[in-house]
Amino acid sequence: MTPLAEVRGVHFSYPAPERRRPAPFALSDVTFDVASGEILGVIGPNSAGKTTLIRLLTKVVEPARGEIRLGGRPLARLTRWELAREVAVVPQELPHALPFSVEQLVLMGRYPHAPRRFFETAGDVEVARDAMAATGVLHLAGAPLDGLGGGERQRVVLARALAQEPRLLILDEPTAHLDLRYQVECVALLRHLNRERATTIVLVSHDLNLAAELCDRVLLLADGSVARLGSPADVLDEATLARVYGCAVAVDRAPSGRPRVQLVWPGAAPRPGKEVADPRSR
Amino acid sequence: MTHGRRLAVVLAALGAGLLALGAAALFLGSARLTPGAVLAVLTGHAPADSTERVVVLSLRLPRIAAAAVAGGALAVAGVGFQALTRNPLAEPSVLGVSSGAAFGVVVAQLLGGGSGVGDSVRLALFGFGGAVVAGGAVYLIASAHGGLPIQTLLLAGVIVGIFFASATTVLTSLVDIDRLGGIVHWLLGNVSPVPPASLALFAALAGVGFWLIVGQARRLNVLALGEEAALQLGVSAERLKARIFVGAALLTATVVAFAGPIGFVGLVVPHVLRLVLGPDNRLLVPAALLAGGAFLLAADTLARNVVAPAELSVGVITSFCGAPVFVYLLRTRTRSPL
Repeated sequence: MTPLAEVRGVHFSYPAPERRRPAPFALSDVTFDVASGEILGVIGPNSAGKTTLIRLLTKVVEPARGEIRLGGRPLARLTRWELAREVAVVPQELPHALPFSVEQLVLMGRYPHAPRRFFETAGDVEVARDAMAATGVLHLAGAPLDGLGGGERQRVVLARALAQEPRLLILDEPTAHLDLRYQVECVALLRHLNRERATTIVLVSHDLNLAAELCDRVLLLADGSVARLGSPADVLDEATLARVYGCAVAVDRAPSGRPRVQLVWPGAAPRPGKEVADPRSR
Repeated sequence: MTHGRRLAVVLAALGAGLLALGAAALFLGSARLTPGAVLAVLTGHAPADSTERVVVLSLRLPRIAAAAVAGGALAVAGVGFQALTRNPLAEPSVLGVSSGAAFGVVVAQLLGGGSGVGDSVRLALFGFGGAVVAGGAVYLIASAHGGLPIQTLLLAGVIVGIFFASATTVLTSLVDIDRLGGIVHWLLGNVSPVPPASLALFAALAGVGFWLIVGQARRLNVLALGEEAALQLGVSAERLKARIFVGAALLTATVVAFAGPIGFVGLVVPHVLRLVLGPDNRLLVPAALLAGGAFLLAADTLARNVVAPAELSVGVITSFCGAPVFVYLLRTRTRSPL
């Protein structure tokens, strides 16, 4: 079976003056697949290339070398709206003080399905309402976006992405601004979408335990390259994480059987019986 | 109520208001005609060469039409610039685009020519060139560090506006004294009666600008989410911005060529419409065409009558309305995207 998305030997660098980095940042020789129906986690330290990867997958920027395919078709040959019917992004944040209502925002997700149409149809409204119901914000349909709390905003943006009816859903730090209860809800919702709607999910996150708990496979990026790709248990081991992140961590098992990553705070005594990998001790 | 029906209701109400204002304005003016005399002209009972016929059909009617077209064009340009910069303070005069267009038009005037349709086309084209250069300069100055921060955008608009106003002053000091009065009068922003052929050209150019923007209204809503999000929703942001910029610059230049740089219509009208209709550009753009026409028509009728038999410049009246709205928006919405 063809993977949903194929990233093949992709190199990319930003034009130097646009970014405030001393040397132009680059993704180099990144290769991986996103299998249909899976949840793939993308993790890595700051500036490892996670955000750039989202931009490449959505053709906001294009690879300098290499190729990205979606359902077997090169991204370069898809129009923007064809791509937006297949791939939807839930960004970390909405712009401040947007004047739209919840329903107006969610309906924007219908744009790629009829880019030449002036007004949405009754069918579009139907899809948008389904999406709002799926993320539990239908009762907020007429509410202004500006008055919503963080958890509600997150679910509204997710509803907008679902209104695109994508095959691939990309989430950028979905739990970054959420308190504990909303984090749990968010995980339950994503799992539900993945199982019931067979939506393939790429989850970009700093939260290693979220990735471990939710993802079928994890892609660990470091300095613009793939450091490791595999099951959470394969990727999230103490030596690898210590090497990539440059700090000591302890990994044990969560009650679910998935790996659980904990920081080892400097000065704290290691727990008895637990071996701690520290790059400086080698 | 469906979107389409809501738009139809809004346009019907604004259209009726515009027509009523236009009809009322026919009866007002410094030539003290009785309502009966005006009615006689309108029903075709006045002699062909009578004073009242000339006043109503050759002075008032074309001026009313020109004011309506100019106001509509400026308001639509305002909505366009606001969506483009994602800021409610953006407007042709605030961004310096009007000054650039005025400079272009003065250059064309100095190069000579009469008052035929061909000359009007030339004035509008030079104005368009000036508007594009000024708008492009503002964009380049303000986006120097990536993004378009509002303070930088406003300052860039002011600076570019001052530069082109100064350049225009240099040119006007080269003009012989007979023509100077006309140019200064035009620079203050004055709607004057336009002959039918030129009026048709005016309306056609404004129509092209309106069409360039209204067709993009749905995409402009998406652009409010930011360029990256717009790309990810399937909107080609660069092409969209270029199209809106060309449309708004064309609208501005057209109005400047026919009526001079009239400020703040593009600020006041969209602001009031947003309060009533909300942020959806699919309602705002068509509504701005009619509401802008009504606003400038009302302001021009006031300008014709308030100090009769003399006249105020309509640009003075719109600035008196616009300055407080600008201050209000500056104090309350500076950090808002729209």
